[in-house]
Amino acid sequence: MADKILMKGNEALAEAAIMAGCRHYFGYPITPQTEVAAYMAKRMPKIGGVFLQAESEIAAINMVIGAAAAGKRAMTSSSSPGISLKSEGISYMAGCDLPALIVNVQRGGPGLGGIQPSQSDYFQATCGGGHGDFHLLVLAPSSVQEMADLVAKGFDLAEKYRMPCMLLADGTMGQMMEPVSLTETKPEAHDKSWALTGTKGERRPNIINSLALQPQELEKWNEDRFARYAVVQENEQMAECYMMDDAEYCVVAFGIAARVSQNAVDAARAKGIKVGMIRPITLWPFPEKVLKAAADKCKAFLSVELNMGQMIKDVKLAIDCKKPVGLCCRTGGMIPSPEEVLAAIEKMQKEGN
Amino acid sequence: MQAKRITLFAGHYGSGKTNVAVNFALRLAAQGKAVTLADMDIVNPYYRSKDSAAELEAAGVKVIASAYANTNVDVPALPQEMYSVTEDQSRYVVLDVGGDDRGALALGRYAPAILAENDYHMVYVFNASRPLSRTAEAALEIMAEIETAGGIPFTAIVNNTNLGKETDWETVLASRAEAEKLSQISGLPLLFTSVEESVLPITERENQAVFPLKLQKTIW
Repeated sequence: MADKILMKGNEALAEAAIMAGCRHYFGYPITPQTEVAAYMAKRMPKIGGVFLQAESEIAAINMVIGAAAAGKRAMTSSSSPGISLKSEGISYMAGCDLPALIVNVQRGGPGLGGIQPSQSDYFQATCGGGHGDFHLLVLAPSSVQEMADLVAKGFDLAEKYRMPCMLLADGTMGQMMEPVSLTETKPEAHDKSWALTGTKGERRPNIINSLALQPQELEKWNEDRFARYAVVQENEQMAECYMMDDAEYCVVAFGIAARVSQNAVDAARAKGIKVGMIRPITLWPFPEKVLKAAADKCKAFLSVELNMGQMIKDVKLAIDCKKPVGLCCRTGGMIPSPEEVLAAIEKMQKEGN
Repeated sequence: MQAKRITLFAGHYGSGKTNVAVNFALRLAAQGKAVTLADMDIVNPYYRSKDSAAELEAAGVKVIASAYANTNVDVPALPQEMYSVTEDQSRYVVLDVGGDDRGALALGRYAPAILAENDYHMVYVFNASRPLSRTAEAALEIMAEIETAGGIPFTAIVNNTNLGKETDWETVLASRAEAEKLSQISGLPLLFTSVEESVLPITERENQAVFPLKLQKTIW
């Protein structure tokens, strides 16, 4: 056990970013993710990195654009309202094909909302998160260990596909403390010949912008980008299956909702209900393949979310509405209890037979 | 150990101050003392002593906490009632101080009265599993920062080393040398080692130097 330490999710993701080679963090405080900035403020100066508290979220994301354009592993973090402020910059990054890690430790909304945990930015994260046709890679951890592990994965994917990557956590994930084991990760080697590193008189200048003078040119950019997205969708879907081998019913849940749901699945199994769970780890690309396969075996699905029902639409699309999909949700900072999820599983079973 | 009228638990954030404070207040109440638990945390948004309010109040412990604790209101406000901590000297008080020097800043307002009365223990909660306070030397630095911010010198240490749900007795044993070293270099006594009760081996149940903790259950 000696190699394990006890960390908050926010601290673990910050240290994991450092271990993954990130030396450029630009942030602005907001509950419940402020520990990320606080941790970076303590650590970055000691290792020759940059911690910069920007004057606003908008400034912070634009600093990330600059560092990423220079070919550096850069990141920012915020919580829901702050991510809305960053969304213009996120769209510019997608337009410029710049890799970076953006962390959203979600809180309740809309508007100012609250500081308690939520998953209500699912649409915002998976449907782009700014103006224009684009996608982010979206990763959803469900433990402090995974908060850390998905940081390195996120940077690698972002650089591989030249896309911004969002780590979509929630306040519970950010604030909870769990034992974690951190190891230095070596960044995957991806071509960065596009970066603005100075020509040294040896090559033509690289240009990074999202300005296409002709509509035909912009259309082509979008088509090229979506060709790349198709490769991501084919190759990068990630999900964890729990008790799915003989499952007649399937719970779909991510992040903290999956933790609660897993307890409900165990309780339902103890009552003889053959239920399993699919936990999407990539929310974009959504793990359609595993859901499609489950649609052939399962009688009904239940989407468990901390919002009014957002991922449920992706579940229905993934299974082509072949089977009924129910919803068990709480919102506004509330978390469903395992008993509530169990009751929804029992209702699904009753209606399915 | 003879309890002082006021026991303050301070330390690095995430060291387990709240769990130790809640259990310490429950123990004093079980001894028949009139006890107040005061939540002085102005930093942490979740997982606060107010989560244990029902259990504390059932045991006769009076709880003083911000009306905004565990709500959506994110302001570092303390209630007016906090002044009773020093003004009502008929009750024992357990003070749950916020983490690090930032959390201890609020203590400064009450420090002169606490020092003047001079019936307190200012306890540093040590957790060798926390990344920024793993060693005695690192902990000593944090102690100095907290003392500067809060205005009250530490008088004792407790060892609350844990790995959350993965804590085992080995985790605790492995931390003892570092906790003793902290006691040595700070010149302060080690009051007790606190351990979640299910982790405690039967052979240690009578050990007065070990303080068993009951923890809040989570739904995940």
